[in-house]
Amino acid sequence: MNGGAGVGIVIVSHSAQLAQGVVELAAQMAPEVVIVAAGGLSDGSLGTDFDLVLGALHEADQGAGVVLLYDLGSAVMTAELAVESLDDPDMVRIAAAPLVEGAVVAAVAAQGGADLVEVHRQAEAAGATPEPSPQEEPAGAPVQADFVLTNGVGLHARPAAQLARAIAGLDAEVTVRHGPASASAASVLGLLELAARAGDTITVSARGTQAAQAIERISTLVETNFGE
Amino acid sequence: MGCDASAVIRAVCAAAEVIAEHRDELVELDRVIGDGDHGENMRRGFQAFVAAVDSAHPATPGAVVKLLATTLISTVGGAAGPLYGTACLRAATALGAEEELTPALVVAALRAGLQGVVARGKAVLGDKTMVDAISPAVDAAQRALDAGADVAGVLAAAADAAEKGAESTIPLVARKGRASYLGERSAQHLDPGARSSSLLLRAFADAAASR
Repeated sequence: MNGGAGVGIVIVSHSAQLAQGVVELAAQMAPEVVIVAAGGLSDGSLGTDFDLVLGALHEADQGAGVVLLYDLGSAVMTAELAVESLDDPDMVRIAAAPLVEGAVVAAVAAQGGADLVEVHRQAEAAGATPEPSPQEEPAGAPVQADFVLTNGVGLHARPAAQLARAIAGLDAEVTVRHGPASASAASVLGLLELAARAGDTITVSARGTQAAQAIERISTLVETNFGE
Repeated sequence: MGCDASAVIRAVCAAAEVIAEHRDELVELDRVIGDGDHGENMRRGFQAFVAAVDSAHPATPGAVVKLLATTLISTVGGAAGPLYGTACLRAATALGAEEELTPALVVAALRAGLQGVVARGKAVLGDKTMVDAISPAVDAAQRALDAGADVAGVLAAAADAAEKGAESTIPLVARKGRASYLGERSAQHLDPGARSSSLLLRAFADAAASR
């Protein structure tokens, strides 16, 4: 995060354990983001607890707003009621997204310093079919480089998140290829799906005015074994 | 013969008893096509109202219904909490600060409640939800009002229509809520939310008739 408080995240689930598990998973990718679980009823049974959700929203709000993700139908109703009861309902955006993917993507976006609108957009996009390549090609000649992954876990969750974060904010469209598969470097999930392991070679190509910087940053990450 | 806050409190407490009596029936209905928590959730929510109303002593019918709304929202864990909670919030707004219920106020409150349920749950008629009980109840209440019925008459008409509406959910395939995951298998079962709605309206009608 680029200093200051970032967007917070609240996970609403019928199950306390499910909410806690999603928080655990998302937090691994975004250590500085406040992610709060609001799962289950106070007596430990399944359900969504209005007061718990309301408390979680207050806890997660660091001043930049909160993106809320939920599991099943009635959870969104409890969430909406809680949001409506806030002094400033606009501080919270409810994302209609697959819970796990949406939470991970939102966490990474928030970690990268994205604002409320952008974190929400990315979370919801996690559930959408990938868009076809944009019509408008970014300026500048493509820059390309091959890297051999020498870290222990390859392009696993944490390295993938680090890679996506490293290029966030740059004017560069970065694509990572591993064998026949390719993914946008901005998409943590896409990077994970490449299934690039230790010893594998990835090809990174970048376009845009800061393409060279993007390649350089990724190079640094790979050379330092993603800090492992 | 007023229909003031204390009359409305008595009616809600009577409804709480009816819900408690029907807890197991609602659990069973929900167990078949849902997650099986509706009876217990509703029982817990209405008992929480009974426990809270003495110390809160709401002074107007609107305040009573508002207290019911906040209690249900805070204590009912399933979909019924936000749905009935929103219905009651909207109904309370429609009742305003009036000291006494009138037939027109009752119809306005029922209509506002239905709009609240629809806004929160996004269900329409025929989705196999509580809307299938409450929507015809509002129409019937309006007709009774137009025909000159008193508060008890309006509520009796609403309860009759809600019971028919609830029965009408039996052949339907659910399109909203947990039952929708069952698809065709949700047919031939009474919707538990529609059932609880009709139970509540009947309890309110009986309370109004016995004053």
